[in-house]
Amino acid sequence: MRDYSLPIEIHDLTVSYQKRPVLYGVDLEIEEGSLVGVLGPNGAGKSTLIKTVMNMIKPNGGYVKIFGKSPKEGIKRIGYIPQRESIDWDFPVTVFDVVLMGRYGHHRWLGRIGKEDRRKANECLEQVSMLPYADRPIGNLSGGQQQRVFLARALAQESAVYLMDEPFAGVDAVTEKAIVSILQGMKNQGKTLVVVHHDLSSAKEYFDQLLLLNMRKVAFGPIAEVYTHELLQKTYGGKLTVLSEMATETARNSHA
Amino acid sequence: MITKIKILGILIGIFASHQLLEAKQIGSETQLDWFVQAERFLRMDDPSIQRVIVGCLIMGVSCGLIGSYVVTRRLSLFGDTLSHAILPGIAVGFIWSGTKDNYSIFVGAMIAGFLGVSCLSVLKKFTKINGDSSLGIVLSAFYAFGICLLTRIQKVGYSDQAGLDSFMFGQISSFSTQDLCGQFFTLLLIGLFIFFNYRQLLVSGFDFQFSRSIGIPSELLQYGLWILISFCVISSLQMVGVILVSAMLVIPAATASLISKRMNTYLTLASILGAIAGFVGAFLSFLGKNLPTGPLIVLVAGSFFALVLFLQPQKGILFQWLRLRSENSRIAIENTLKAAFQILESRDFQETEISSQEMMRKRGLSSAEVQRETLNLINAGLATKSTLFTEDTQLLPQTNLTLTPKGWEYSCKIVRNHRLWELYLTNEAEYEPDHVHEDAEKIEHVIGEKTVRKLEKLLKNPRTDPHGKLIPSMTDIQQGHFSLKS
Repeated sequence: MRDYSLPIEIHDLTVSYQKRPVLYGVDLEIEEGSLVGVLGPNGAGKSTLIKTVMNMIKPNGGYVKIFGKSPKEGIKRIGYIPQRESIDWDFPVTVFDVVLMGRYGHHRWLGRIGKEDRRKANECLEQVSMLPYADRPIGNLSGGQQQRVFLARALAQESAVYLMDEPFAGVDAVTEKAIVSILQGMKNQGKTLVVVHHDLSSAKEYFDQLLLLNMRKVAFGPIAEVYTHELLQKTYGGKLTVLSEMATETARNSHA
Repeated sequence: MITKIKILGILIGIFASHQLLEAKQIGSETQLDWFVQAERFLRMDDPSIQRVIVGCLIMGVSCGLIGSYVVTRRLSLFGDTLSHAILPGIAVGFIWSGTKDNYSIFVGAMIAGFLGVSCLSVLKKFTKINGDSSLGIVLSAFYAFGICLLTRIQKVGYSDQAGLDSFMFGQISSFSTQDLCGQFFTLLLIGLFIFFNYRQLLVSGFDFQFSRSIGIPSELLQYGLWILISFCVISSLQMVGVILVSAMLVIPAATASLISKRMNTYLTLASILGAIAGFVGAFLSFLGKNLPTGPLIVLVAGSFFALVLFLQPQKGILFQWLRLRSENSRIAIENTLKAAFQILESRDFQETEISSQEMMRKRGLSSAEVQRETLNLINAGLATKSTLFTEDTQLLPQTNLTLTPKGWEYSCKIVRNHRLWELYLTNEAEYEPDHVHEDAEKIEHVIGEKTVRKLEKLLKNPRTDPHGKLIPSMTDIQQGHFSLKS
């Protein structure tokens, strides 16, 4: 029996980048209120998976459902923190402006950003202890501070589901701890969080569930079941490279 | 930047002399000299002048507004390419209609611009050529083609090809009411576009992925911007010409980027700067007859950029230079005070006066330099001077320096900073005692009271430095346990 209120349901998802397959037939069902870490080597398709759920990349096969609806409809219920590299840090916006962007999704095209939105933005900045920096240009902050601001923006979105692409990249140890505790708090409020992560050792402490990904879904489940030598070996070890080689080969042939 | 100002100065000089010659030649008609001409421009009762002024202002505002998006989205080279790519379109439009008909030229330019952008995306999709290289390729190829066509038109000799040159360099004399309408229309479009999409443009410019995640059609907005950039470029051609129009997109906005930290001030500043540049440039070109308007407008905009770069608070070159200067003079004063302390220390603090000869020896400076340093101390209220006349008239009168209480306290502090740091380096950072002096020479001037407190605590209020010399402590200094006999 299928439960239609699942926040994220992925069925037989295949995605290609410029004809090179990146994800092969991935099935995934994420329950409400889970804190999921996505682990896998470089080029395993972690970001691609996130972007496909966000409806930024069109899949070649299979489907994504968000609360039982198509991604296009469901997208408004998802908050998103993109990878650091995709952001223009020299852009003339202040910290407060950035957090306020989290409220844009709640308004129609020409809807006014009101007092309530500003109050919310302030509150979220306070929550990540960045309120004193509200008027600073975003480019003036350190990497860790910037990441806190992005977390505040995500909080301001008040979404039910959050997808975060490497929120711990370029972050100092103190900020990393702070972010983790905020993520835990969000989970306790019943939010669903999917977080791409790059560090194997800390993943065990940070998340409840793990998705091991390397073009294929290697494993998905509670830490205790998934964080095993065998499965990690399978994810990071060499056996799946044949898959990757074949993918490149396929791409080359289709060009010719 | 300074050279730009210089160039402007020279140019103004050239106009002036040029005008003198000109005035002689056309003296029979109306005796127009510089000031009369300027007055005529500023009184604005001539309809053609009114038109030009309004046109320049509108162009400046449009370019400033859309340029803000060009600069923040790193589309500068794209704007440049677009402006060059439309040249063949202008020529074809001209051939099509046989006259300088704005409508067909506009259509031709838009089509050429579209083709240029299409070429770019084809290159991007099917080759591995870098973005900037493909921009360069499209820019120069289209431009070369455009020049060929224009030359052809001039050779064939169409009836009304006189205004065609203005597309290359910009010429306000051929600026018509129709051109003005085109500019007004462009400004209206740009204004409406920004007004209705301000928030969406903000978020998609800053964080493209996120903007898409909240359902903003960011690609569409980008296309909208491209179209408006083309509109702005085409309508500005009469003023600044094909070659320099991208400068109007970039320079006012880049100037704004130096000072504004939010998009709304960015837009305001860029449009004001653009408008002023347009106005002043047109004014200058009106004074110096037959001088192309475009380069002048761009030069004025460039000068503004240079001025802002030079004068802006905190980061400006002038500000930094002043700060460096005051810093350096403070360091010089502190070094003199330290030398004074050491001289007094060498006499076990039994005397208070320091002769300039001693100072020269200690600092390794010439007598003139020591005199200047002494004067600086006196001006800062840190020392007093007494002059002794010796009986021997052959010798110069001897100048002696005495530290005031304020100067004494200051000198103690500097010496304390120096020796405390040396001790810290040897004790905590495990430096050899003979390695620490150089570093302490720099640190003593920048270490703050807060760090000093921390060091004192860390080192348990030490009394002697690694070389066995006294470290004067703050309580000693303030409570007078350790003072000069006077």
